[in-house]
Amino acid sequence: MSTRMRKLERHGGRLFVYGCLAVLATLYLVPLWVMLITSFKPLDEIYSGSLIGLPKQITFEAWSKAWSTACIGTNCVGLSPFFLNSLIITIPAVFVSTAIGAINGYTLTKWKFRGADLFFAVMLFGCFLPLQAVLLPIARVLGMLRLSGSTAGLILVHSVYGIAFTTMFFRNYFVSFPDELTKAALVDGAGFFRIFFSIALPTAIPIAVVCCIWQFTSIWNDFLFGVSFSAGGSSPITVALNNVVNVTLGRKQYNVDMAAALIAALPTLIVYVLSGRYFVRGLTAGAVKG
Amino acid sequence: MIPMTAIKRYLAAQLPKLVLAPSGMVILVAIYGFIAWTASVSFSSSKVMPIYDFVGLEQYIRLWSTPRWHVAVENLFVFSALYLSIATLFGLFIAILLDQRIRAEGFLRTVFLYPMALSFIVSGVAWKWVLNPGLGLQKLVRDWGWTSFTFDWLVNPNYALYTIVIAAVWQSSGFAMAIFLAGLRGIDNSIIKAAQMEGASQVRIYVSVVVPMLRPAFLSVIVLLGQIAIKTFDLTFALTNGGPGGATEMPSMFMFSATFERNQMAVGAASAMMMLAAVVAIMVPYLYTELRKPSNEH
Repeated sequence: MSTRMRKLERHGGRLFVYGCLAVLATLYLVPLWVMLITSFKPLDEIYSGSLIGLPKQITFEAWSKAWSTACIGTNCVGLSPFFLNSLIITIPAVFVSTAIGAINGYTLTKWKFRGADLFFAVMLFGCFLPLQAVLLPIARVLGMLRLSGSTAGLILVHSVYGIAFTTMFFRNYFVSFPDELTKAALVDGAGFFRIFFSIALPTAIPIAVVCCIWQFTSIWNDFLFGVSFSAGGSSPITVALNNVVNVTLGRKQYNVDMAAALIAALPTLIVYVLSGRYFVRGLTAGAVKG
Repeated sequence: MIPMTAIKRYLAAQLPKLVLAPSGMVILVAIYGFIAWTASVSFSSSKVMPIYDFVGLEQYIRLWSTPRWHVAVENLFVFSALYLSIATLFGLFIAILLDQRIRAEGFLRTVFLYPMALSFIVSGVAWKWVLNPGLGLQKLVRDWGWTSFTFDWLVNPNYALYTIVIAAVWQSSGFAMAIFLAGLRGIDNSIIKAAQMEGASQVRIYVSVVVPMLRPAFLSVIVLLGQIAIKTFDLTFALTNGGPGGATEMPSMFMFSATFERNQMAVGAASAMMMLAAVVAIMVPYLYTELRKPSNEH
């Protein structure tokens, strides 16, 4: 092959790569674009205009409606109380499950005892458990604890079923943390908790961030637990969003639907954009185990 | 009398187990105990409330003679096959493109992965709007001049399942991309260089050298997306709600409505056990091989 042809091939190749990437990136962005522009359009323009065209007239009406007056069933209070519910559920559950995972992961690797690996394997299955297999007993137990239909019940459930994932994150991190450091501290007279708080934990900040982001995303986005165990006023935002969208009275307000969906999506989207690297590490941690 | 120091030393030695004990108990009860509980309900005659009698496999027989369950299982197979193959192909293709030392890689990766940060309910709502025939894609193409263009999959019982495939691929092919990209970055460059020296074309190198080396990544992607597919619930719920006319029923939705809406608690429990069996069949061999790998092979 002559050098000229090779050069041509290389240029053609680059063009192909960038062309494909541009087309694919556009395809992936279209739904977000459509949601955004629809949420800023007045309703008449939605029914007369184009799906992907910019709004001729920008209005924030749909956003304010979605936030404060949209109807969830017969209750027209907007998404704001449910947004708050999701925060109330997510924040404690993230911290509780991450803290438990940190100490578990540390213990399973730095204080190995006979059966520690079996313990981990038994726990690991919890990451992939189809929750349908435990849904009914959870409902019964929450009833017995008088936590049915409360945000407290959802905090409890999310904390418990998060332990498997959080333990896995920290265990896989601490496995490659050098034993020499903990052993030296032990010789110096430091104990189990002292070593955890002043040696192991400070180095584990990145994995703690990964873990918090993972837990935040999955608890915020949860629908199955929310729809099964919450009632009316205690619903998380995903359940409320689904109800807003399924209101069948009158002309369908697509702009309000899209604003509502964006409100539900914003917290996790912001976390993702600000910390994409950690988010990806959390995602792929499920694939590569130590 | 036992000296205090001995007790202290004993306690110190047991401390790791004591620390793990609460989590261990919780996991045993909330995962394995609850599975056993669901299993016991599936062998009972429970309808609205759990009754703890024993009717053997009656509920499983009833489940498998329910046409709606058959639709759900068939749908799951069709959905999983399409979702897995398309998401894997897209993920692999995008990962290979991104691995060509291109500009703005970070930005592009963000674009391909952002749907993964969204709730399935959000993407269901978004796609329901984009795909609705009245004002969505169909109208857009017709307004562009192709007036006979028809794209009514969302409301067409024969095709509605494919809209779930579209939304699911859009949402999670970025995940496949991330795993493949990690795999590609782990491949020794000298192997590719050697193939280039021998004059192999770029496409040839990928097809016969690089892709075969990604076998572990393929396994991870297929297993992890596979177990997501079996659990698919939110997306169907938001996008089609099992409709039109039950055409997009899925096992997870069947379980939910049998247990909480149709007063067939035992049948619901039986369907949950079937889902569990499917996930166990996929995940346990995978986890077993993953855990047995020496830890230097991460």
